[in-house]
Amino acid sequence: MSTTTISIPSIKDVPQGRLGVWVLIAGELIIFGGLIACYILYRLRYPEWGEQAAHTSTPLGALNTIVLLTSSFTVVMSHTASIKKQLNKIVLWMSATIGLGLMFLVVKSIEYTNEISHGFTLTSPSLVAKGESVGANFWSFYYLATGLHALHVIVGMLILFIVMMGARKGKNLHRVELGGMYWHMVDIIWIFLFPLLYLAK
Amino acid sequence: MNHTKQNFWTKYVFATDHKVIGKQYIITGLIMALVGGYLSYVFRMQLAYPGQSIPLYGDMGPQQYNAFITLHGMIMFFWFAMPILLAGFGNLFIPLMIGTDDMAFPTVNMISFWIFFVSTIVLMVSFFLPGGAAAGGWTMYPPLSITAHQPTFWGSFFTGQTFLLLAVALEFVSMLMGGINFLTTTINKRAPGMTAFRLPIYVWFANLAGIIFMFSVGPLIAGAFMMLLDINMGTGFYDPYRGGDPILFQHLFWFFGHPEVYVLLLPSLGVTAEIISTFSRKPIFAYKTIIYMALIASVLSVIVWAHHQFISGIDPRMATFFSVGTILISIPFAAIILSYLATLWGGSIRLKMPMIWTIAGIGSFLIGGLTGLFLGSDTFDIYAHDTYFVIAHFHYVLIPVVIFGTFAAIYYWYPKYFGRMLNEKIGKIHFWLTFLSFHAFAFPLFFSGLQGEHRRIADYSSFDSLMTLPIQHIRIISTIATIILISSQLLLIINVFWSYRKGKVAGRNPWEANTLEWQTDSPPQHGNFEVYPEVYRGAYEYSLPDRTEDFYPQNEK
Ligand code: HEM
Ligand SMILES: [Cu+2]
Repeated sequence: MSTTTISIPSIKDVPQGRLGVWVLIAGELIIFGGLIACYILYRLRYPEWGEQAAHTSTPLGALNTIVLLTSSFTVVMSHTASIKKQLNKIVLWMSATIGLGLMFLVVKSIEYTNEISHGFTLTSPSLVAKGESVGANFWSFYYLATGLHALHVIVGMLILFIVMMGARKGKNLHRVELGGMYWHMVDIIWIFLFPLLYLAK
Repeated sequence: MNHTKQNFWTKYVFATDHKVIGKQYIITGLIMALVGGYLSYVFRMQLAYPGQSIPLYGDMGPQQYNAFITLHGMIMFFWFAMPILLAGFGNLFIPLMIGTDDMAFPTVNMISFWIFFVSTIVLMVSFFLPGGAAAGGWTMYPPLSITAHQPTFWGSFFTGQTFLLLAVALEFVSMLMGGINFLTTTINKRAPGMTAFRLPIYVWFANLAGIIFMFSVGPLIAGAFMMLLDINMGTGFYDPYRGGDPILFQHLFWFFGHPEVYVLLLPSLGVTAEIISTFSRKPIFAYKTIIYMALIASVLSVIVWAHHQFISGIDPRMATFFSVGTILISIPFAAIILSYLATLWGGSIRLKMPMIWTIAGIGSFLIGGLTGLFLGSDTFDIYAHDTYFVIAHFHYVLIPVVIFGTFAAIYYWYPKYFGRMLNEKIGKIHFWLTFLSFHAFAFPLFFSGLQGEHRRIADYSSFDSLMTLPIQHIRIISTIATIILISSQLLLIINVFWSYRKGKVAGRNPWEANTLEWQTDSPPQHGNFEVYPEVYRGAYEYSLPDRTEDFYPQNEK
């Protein structure tokens, strides 16, 4: 493989990757923005949804909020380590972040199991049978919003893992920051979901 | 820049070179236009001669009719117009026009094309599924698009509607990735001296279009998820019995659907600006104003969506708001068109093929814009909604914008990417056939619409008032014109292939244009420029008084 490199002059020097990730994040936020806007409108229309929201577990939700906030801290630490080129520390803080992501998912699945065992599922047939079909719709929203968010947590963990494997060997250290930005976005979306789904009862 | 050895696969198939990717998008888009065109031929035949067997197709029932209009609309928007005007031309022009070697993320670029390609396959497969293709209209309004299927996962998964949603999702992902690439490239990789207000208008408008797309499509993605769950899992997001609301989907759809029109309009107007200026040998009139107007229109475009829902039971006060917003948005567009006309005024006009398409495009678009003003007022729209008046209106907007704009661009930039000129004689015949048959197809529809002909009805024979001779004649004229319109595109195909071998050799700058893409070889080598340009002036400095030549390339000292 023969590679010649000519430097291409250009007007700006914003790191390309950072710019790209910012645009990506803007796009993602708008997807969740649409979903959250729909949820709020329905929530205002149906006071019944408050009763359903009372069945979500505030303590577990709060625990998960703390878990995610902590993971935002650890991901920042890995960025600091990447600036100082301390490869061991990057791996340490990155693994901590991924571990906290895993913990989030575990707590989330405990919640899901609890809720499903009480008959609150994506379609909640038992609520529909009791004539509370409007309330059943709350659970559809709940599973859609948290499920989509959990999917983003999983994607974020994968991204961080790939970045970490590179950073371990000192390759592509700038990606630590980019992965961190994505992770913060996942975190921020949760900050919106938590009050809406768990606190507004 | 990477001069890695290339084999057939990395050079033509999994290419990362923006020029190859641009061509891939355009070729796929043109093939899909033929598919969309074929569909329109079949359903127009059904309208003109209901109950008879259709040549090249066979018998058509109402179910197929609805499927064909649904996919005609879908294909024309998402598999023809967007891939060509935005992804295709954007890839071909942006790096060259800003004077750099490639997109910011070449690999992402390659992946986005292949995601797009997979979406085309998914869409094509949806025609052959056991239950038939999606038939709920290109707007996919629930409950029609949902209740046609049983809510069991595997039973409803292999249905046209689910596959359509998947295909659209893939296409959106691909376009989002493309938009990220455009923005990053334009912000980051401009040649030294290429300030924001020296950028060619196409670059500005393609980026604005990318931004509008990215900021309007999100809610629809969320809405499409809800629809998938409604179809396949039996949730009730759009089911009133469950507290859901079908109107919600209409809002999510049109919050995207209306701006989508500007996603197509802007790149096409960008192409127009390049061509008008070059072929009138004059600076574009009020360059900065045009850009500010486009910015204003982009902002307004996301607040007018509910003008598509005047008959969905909207509060009259809201209707007034959306009416006023709609009518306001015509002001910036009128300003842009006026400044194009002012550019033409007193120019030494060279009436070559690209210019002919452009002028015809602007002229025809005016009819679309004017009738849009009628529809924007809720009082008229309540009467005209879902009639052929609306069909005529948006074809008068879309065909000049998408089709004429694409052809203008093909004639203008073909020499750059293939090294030879397209034949002007074949071009003229192609132009007149297309232009005349387009008007013969679309104009009569205003009249049948005003007489009450409703869209999405396969056979009018049970409506006596719609079977009178004049309306029957309109149907037949429109259908014959459609056939001419589609078949005359053969001339373009012939022209492209004939000129590839026999066309006049183009040279670097056959049109004597200023923008950077013309200052390198035709076709440009891998990496685009042998000497990377530096920019000293704006893109439209034609006919300067103290120069002997009437053009002044941006990178000339
Ligand atoms: C510029 C490019 C434009 C395109 C591509 C376009 C496209 C469309 C399409 C596809 C529809 C049909 C929607 C349906 O299926 O019900 C439509 C309807 C409509 N258009 Fe446009 N349009 C454009 C410009 C305009 C302008 C400039 C205006 C007003 C100033 C306008 C006002 C309307 C209105 C009010 C409707 C709704 C008609 C109804 O509810 O039946 N459009 N347009
Ligand atoms: Cu609209």
